[in-house]
Amino acid sequence: MEATQLIKVTVDGKTVEVPVGTTIMEAARMIGPEVAPPAMCYYKPLKGSGGKCRACLVKVAQGSEKDPRPMPKLVASCITQAQDGMVVENFSNPDVVNARKGIVEFLLINHPLDCPVCDQAGECHLQDFAFEHGLGTTRYDDERRTFEPEDIGDKIQLNKNRCILCYRCVYTAEQITDSRVHGVMYRGDHAEISTYISKAIENDFSGNVIDVCPVGALTDKTYRFKSRVWFSKPADAHCNCDKCSGKVNLWYKGDEVIRVTARKNQWGEVEDFICNDCRYEKKKTSDWVIEGPTKIPRHSVISANKYAANTIKKPEFAMDFAAHNFKEIDDNRDYNKSLEEIKKSGDYKNLMNKNKALLSK
Amino acid sequence: MSEKIEFTEDRLKKVEEIIGRYPADRKKSALLPVLHLAQEQYGWVSSATMDYVAGLLDLQPVEVYEVATFYTMFHLEPVGKHVIEYCRTGPCSTMGGEDVYDHLKQKLGIKSNETTSDGLFTLKEVECLAACGWGPCFQIREKYYMHLDNQKIDEIIEDLSK
Amino acid sequence: MASDIKILTDKINIPGIETFEVYRKNGGYAAVEKAIKKMSPDEIVEEVKKSGIRGRGGAGFPMGMKWSFLAKPEGIPRYLVCNGDESEPGTFKDHYLMKNIPHLLIEGMIVSSFALGANKSFIYVRGELMYVIRILEKAIEEAKNAGFLGKNILGSGYDLELVVQPGGGAYICGEETALLESLEGKRGNPRNKPPFPAIKGLYQSPTVVNNVESIATTSWIINHGGDEYAKLGIGRSTGTKLISASGHVKKPGVYEIELGLPVEEFIYSDQYLGGIREGHQLKAVVAGGSSVPILPANLIMKTANGEPRLMSYESLSDGGFATGTMLGSGGFIAMDETTCIVRNTWNFSRFYHHESCGQCSPCREGTGWMEKVLHKIEHGHGKMSDIDLLVDVAKRIEGNTICPLGDAAAWPVGSAIRHFRDEFEWHITHPHEATQKGAVFMNKSILV
Repeated sequence: MEATQLIKVTVDGKTVEVPVGTTIMEAARMIGPEVAPPAMCYYKPLKGSGGKCRACLVKVAQGSEKDPRPMPKLVASCITQAQDGMVVENFSNPDVVNARKGIVEFLLINHPLDCPVCDQAGECHLQDFAFEHGLGTTRYDDERRTFEPEDIGDKIQLNKNRCILCYRCVYTAEQITDSRVHGVMYRGDHAEISTYISKAIENDFSGNVIDVCPVGALTDKTYRFKSRVWFSKPADAHCNCDKCSGKVNLWYKGDEVIRVTARKNQWGEVEDFICNDCRYEKKKTSDWVIEGPTKIPRHSVISANKYAANTIKKPEFAMDFAAHNFKEIDDNRDYNKSLEEIKKSGDYKNLMNKNKALLSK
Repeated sequence: MSEKIEFTEDRLKKVEEIIGRYPADRKKSALLPVLHLAQEQYGWVSSATMDYVAGLLDLQPVEVYEVATFYTMFHLEPVGKHVIEYCRTGPCSTMGGEDVYDHLKQKLGIKSNETTSDGLFTLKEVECLAACGWGPCFQIREKYYMHLDNQKIDEIIEDLSK
Repeated sequence: MASDIKILTDKINIPGIETFEVYRKNGGYAAVEKAIKKMSPDEIVEEVKKSGIRGRGGAGFPMGMKWSFLAKPEGIPRYLVCNGDESEPGTFKDHYLMKNIPHLLIEGMIVSSFALGANKSFIYVRGELMYVIRILEKAIEEAKNAGFLGKNILGSGYDLELVVQPGGGAYICGEETALLESLEGKRGNPRNKPPFPAIKGLYQSPTVVNNVESIATTSWIINHGGDEYAKLGIGRSTGTKLISASGHVKKPGVYEIELGLPVEEFIYSDQYLGGIREGHQLKAVVAGGSSVPILPANLIMKTANGEPRLMSYESLSDGGFATGTMLGSGGFIAMDETTCIVRNTWNFSRFYHHESCGQCSPCREGTGWMEKVLHKIEHGHGKMSDIDLLVDVAKRIEGNTICPLGDAAAWPVGSAIRHFRDEFEWHITHPHEATQKGAVFMNKSILV
């Protein structure tokens, strides 16, 4: 067998040897997380993914050994093949850092920043990306586009407000399941993930779209509001499954399994897609063989307690943001009543409609 | 509203002819021309029509929805008998478009994306129609109307109202 | 001074030229006969290379070079796709050419397909031009009946089928890979490159995508030779170019000019635009379609060095983006002193917002953001900081997107602020005045 030809790639001063055909992203990942570009749409297990979010833009300071000219524009590292002798600047290049600030800002323009009520918070790639690469403020003071959350099937909730149109779920449905019923409708900033005419996503592997979603646009309804992710403890477990590998993470709150997900690698990518039976139907410890606690090498900004760091002016940011988004709301609500009481009283719908009308003014 | 969707004989034949233009395993290429055919017959493209088109071309319905919603020529809601698609882009504006279109809206008594109560006219704002030097212009179905002014608009509307 | 030679539009006014019969009588299809009977495909490519013609769709990439990049693996079909999606605001020359003299394009398609070894070629025409599509289909039928298309053309053994494909209303499909996606029946999302279409294009096969005007020119190049073509024009801007002229000129329309024609002559001579409409002065020009930088009148007439500006790739881009612009697709939009640059910029920005495919984040979100900020300024709600914000947003889109639509959206905004900043500021400091109908900021020093 012919030995694979290796080429040398340098990222932020660190050199690695990789097989011909490797992308800059994969080469950087081989060196390690300290030089790996962020990825919001690229997802190695999904063919055709990448190139869209532009979060992974890098500077190619030297094209190759043979042709040392730099590339004129920043390139998306996830889809650009490395060349022998290529020199890549990632975190070390101010243009790259600046461009990524821009990407964070763009992605957050229409993102609701409802992390406090989003199940994805704590394992959200956009949260990480914004924290690590963003400015911490916004200059956007216009209306955000908004949609009502909708159910696509009884176990998946779609919140389009949070969607960053990475297309991962579309590729997943196309490549993992036997029929795709959802896709990207419309175009431009009106583009949306949708089934167009309300349809349920029904097939044995549909739940995987939840795992690949980098944000909280697709969430597991059976896990909804059960816990903040950092309060739950994951364990590696497996079972004999005739549909999938049966290799999962069980997420415990106390003794209760509150969620089952596929196992993910260091980059947040699913290692083995799992079937819906494993995801939704086996929520007892006795359904599984426990292997031990899951090691999560890639800490989210929340679980790593990074929000306490001094790198971000928390109060100003929060206040600025709140001020930007301050709108008149109906203040006639009786705050002494609990939400349950209001719901029962029949005023709830009126109240919601009134609020909606005010918000849309 | 479950009108049965079925192409006329002629159109079914046309679909066969269109599919024959592409390599055998590339039937999907026929999607845009066939959607145009569908709109020609029904005036707009309903989800039932899209499902029907998907059936004709062996596609998943979602593949048709994705495409039909991407391209602005396909009307996803019912429209009036005459859809007036007027160009709002720079050169037409420069050549006096804004005033002329105001007159058009006044004449019909509707705004953009509305249909007159008699169901005769629907107004749609569109982007550049590649007739910049002949603007202001609009399009009704396949016909271009160029060098528009108030008087011309009156004539066109009166003519089509007959 | 440039000559008034015409090679695309010389016969366009002959009555009945849209029919095969009249077109043929006037020398039509001679290039097909010459190419197929007397030349090899490589010889044709060589002539096109020698001609120096650059892609007429807007990017100006040398056509012969593009052809020579085409991969030719055994057993895999190759495709030629003609880009007739013409949607760039200010550009309507392909529309003009296709509707008036369809056989010129068909002839060029046959010659070019033969040169590239394609047996099935496509003409992708924007769906709005359905009436033009019918004209082309009729012309194809005629050519087929006369033996210039179909099986065994002119007894040479060469087969070619031409298909006209309608678009569905999407500017982005003028980008060559979005066009190919659309032709495959998909959403017009531009592809990541590489691979380029020359390696993997339509149906994953090697493909060349050329503009209507470029392909229409190949017949003349075959008939007269690439060297003859290269004698026309100036420097690396060889040949003639169709210019679509619109806006406040006396005679808007499509003109064929020899490249190198002074801009001043183009605007003011009676042979061309006949000057600015009566009683008005030129304020600004967008020289190559809405995406190229807008220039104030003084800079379109003369370069920053005081040399007369010529209608050529090089002269129009002299001075870079600081004081120059681009020839682009040749969409020449002239604006007189009644034009509000802020409103025009907002209008263009709205266009790009509307036309962004939404695939990559800078363009999807940035184009809408720019439009909203410009809308605010135009409607009297702008802040002074909005101007720099626009510049910054434009910069963060530019160069960072999958396809050039991001650049196309960013350049008009950046250049309008660069050259007309005082007008933007006036809108912000005089919101009440600026929103009056017909109100325009005046800076007489730039008028010509």
